[in-house]
Amino acid sequence: MSKPQGSSVKQRSETALKDEFLIDAVKFTTEKLKNGKLAATAEHGNWEEWRERGKLIRAHTIAHLDFYLNQFIENARAQGVHVHFAPEAKDAARIAVEIAKHHQAKSVVKSKSMVSEEVHINEAFEELGIESVESDLGEYIIQLANEPPSHIIIPAIHKNRYQIAELLSKEAGQTLPPETKVLAGFARQKLRDKFLEADIGLTGCNFGIAESGSVVIFENEGNARMVSTVPKTQITLMGMERLIPTWDDLEVMATLLPRSATGQKLTVYMSGITGPRRQSDGDGPEEMHIIIVDNGRSLQLGDPDFQELLNCIRCGACLNACPVYRHIGGHSYPGTYSGPIGAVLTPALNKNSGEWEDVANASSLCGACYEACPVKIPLHDMLVYLRNRKVEDGHTATGEKMAMKGFKVLMSSYKLYSKAVKMGQVGQKLLVRNGVIKSQLGPLKGWTAYRHIPALPTRSFREQWKALSTEVEASMPSMSSETKTRLEQMVLNRKKGGHE
Amino acid sequence: MKVSLFITCISDALFPPIGEAMTRLLARYGVKLHFPEVQTCCGQPAFNSGYWDEARASAKTILEAFEDSDFVIAPSGSCTGMIHHYYPKLFENDPILLEKSLQLQEKIFEFSQFLVQVLGVTDVGAVFPHKVTYHPSCHGTRLLGIKEEPMLLMSHVKGMELVPLPYAEDCCGFGGTFAIKMSNISGAMVEEKSQHVLETEAEVLVGLDMGCLLNIGGNLKFQGKPVRVMHLAELLYEGVKLK
Ligand code: SF4
Repeated sequence: MSKPQGSSVKQRSETALKDEFLIDAVKFTTEKLKNGKLAATAEHGNWEEWRERGKLIRAHTIAHLDFYLNQFIENARAQGVHVHFAPEAKDAARIAVEIAKHHQAKSVVKSKSMVSEEVHINEAFEELGIESVESDLGEYIIQLANEPPSHIIIPAIHKNRYQIAELLSKEAGQTLPPETKVLAGFARQKLRDKFLEADIGLTGCNFGIAESGSVVIFENEGNARMVSTVPKTQITLMGMERLIPTWDDLEVMATLLPRSATGQKLTVYMSGITGPRRQSDGDGPEEMHIIIVDNGRSLQLGDPDFQELLNCIRCGACLNACPVYRHIGGHSYPGTYSGPIGAVLTPALNKNSGEWEDVANASSLCGACYEACPVKIPLHDMLVYLRNRKVEDGHTATGEKMAMKGFKVLMSSYKLYSKAVKMGQVGQKLLVRNGVIKSQLGPLKGWTAYRHIPALPTRSFREQWKALSTEVEASMPSMSSETKTRLEQMVLNRKKGGHE
Repeated sequence: MKVSLFITCISDALFPPIGEAMTRLLARYGVKLHFPEVQTCCGQPAFNSGYWDEARASAKTILEAFEDSDFVIAPSGSCTGMIHHYYPKLFENDPILLEKSLQLQEKIFEFSQFLVQVLGVTDVGAVFPHKVTYHPSCHGTRLLGIKEEPMLLMSHVKGMELVPLPYAEDCCGFGGTFAIKMSNISGAMVEEKSQHVLETEAEVLVGLDMGCLLNIGGNLKFQGKPVRVMHLAELLYEGVKLK
């Protein structure tokens, strides 16, 4: 797998930061998606209101997830669906493999599903000699490259069309020109045969509708529709939080999801699947399975700091808005999910904070993700909560711990703090040249590799305060009665109104 | 009416002229600033790194300093945002300090917010005949919703040409300890930001947060670019003096 090596985001991102092709490709597409979203939400006119509605629907569903899960399962079973529950990734893979074995399947065709990446389903099939083919164009490309997806909705975002042409040419056994039309045409032809051969179709699920036990899939290529209608057996992998109560709620989600993901008003295809083929149906699988996957999701249920994470509709808008993601691409992140949602989700799905790498540190906490999120998940807050958990569990570097101890001592008392500033003013003399500090000081190395540090002025503000305030006060006008009343009124209103 | 200044540790130690500009500018409206000396730092460096116990120790000095103020004003959207947004979380298990946090949350304002929202001033009567570009810092805009205030204040400065900064809303890559822990990513971000600043050909880069300005300014200086970096309070006060 050609994912960059290293056991931390910092190490892996070194590779990405030096890869101009990758950075250009990622910047180009995230920019396009981001602008598309901005245009679509501006055109919508009432975006903030719908965002709030989306958030409420998701929060309500998650707050009553046990109820809606039962309702969903009951209704799906009533339609003839085999519903399975997978507590962990390996259980989901095992269940899928058992279904395949039962049907003596030789090949599986897949549409896009991040959950299937999460539970490593392709590897599980391959072990049994079952061919598993990705039918989404982007997924197909990265499958050929033997890489994991680097974006939630654009899996091959890190590849440019020349690289894609090279991959597909190898598959075609002839040189294909780097033209999107030709490349897509080749893939389509190739995949069409796979659809017809496949014994099993495997799909993901954007939403499960509790009131009818249906599965809803949004897509643009039509491949998910093929996957869910052509093969005789269909397996749908669904994260346990993917539910919404009713079809009416889907209207809100259908407004939020495509606009946030790609800036489209609606995706080209939106399929609603309720049970396997009935006698009156023209197509559809004879047998349908839904595997509901927990794999760490229930850890967030009832956790006030992280429950909102389950509201995510996997639109990818936070990735497109994130300046860190844009610079380092998806493969710098540790898990299946990348960008801000991945930086929170990957640790949150794993109880052991000792195994989180440094992913929660890979954010400047700028909040662009929150601003972009159609269901208002405060990812920037959660990143800080994750850092806090790591500290509380004792999984931090000794140097940092010492530095923070020092911070505590100095900042608890203004006297010590002032003394430290004074010492800095005197002590820096050895380092300052022309008003700036350039030297590669130990812990500040990272800073001075890119920036100068201004020298501390000889006197801090607090040292200047006394003289300054005496001088200013001597000549200042008195406050106008208008301003005075205005300020007094504000203080009064505050006392009446209580806190926000 | 007690209006107090929260200078923030970074402006106290590194950029004293900002506090002076604020003091002198506000005095023109009869606002006499108080400076409670027990204040240290809002605690953000520790808080954002996950060291909440350490952050609380620092934050307590702020709660104590401004307990009996009617208004508190700070030259930073980030530090104001920290108090506004995170103190209630930091002290959620301490009813007394939680109450104090909620009180402070109501009375603290970032510099441009205070001028526009509290004093109702949008034209300070400044003249500043220079080409200027403005970087809106993330915490100010996203945590506190400061968007219009600086624009209103700058739109009234005579002789000033305000050039829009391309990709203005993108983070500059500061992020406190992020700049040190993820120095490679932060470095790439600040280089991109500097590039955009240079594209405007502005003589002056102005902002509301010295963390970000220390970062961008430090990188510009590192590259040997002569862009002057100023806090809006400094720009306005210099403009008033010029008149
Ligand atoms: S966190 Fe929000 S923006 Fe990011 S993928 Fe989930 S729903 Fe979309």
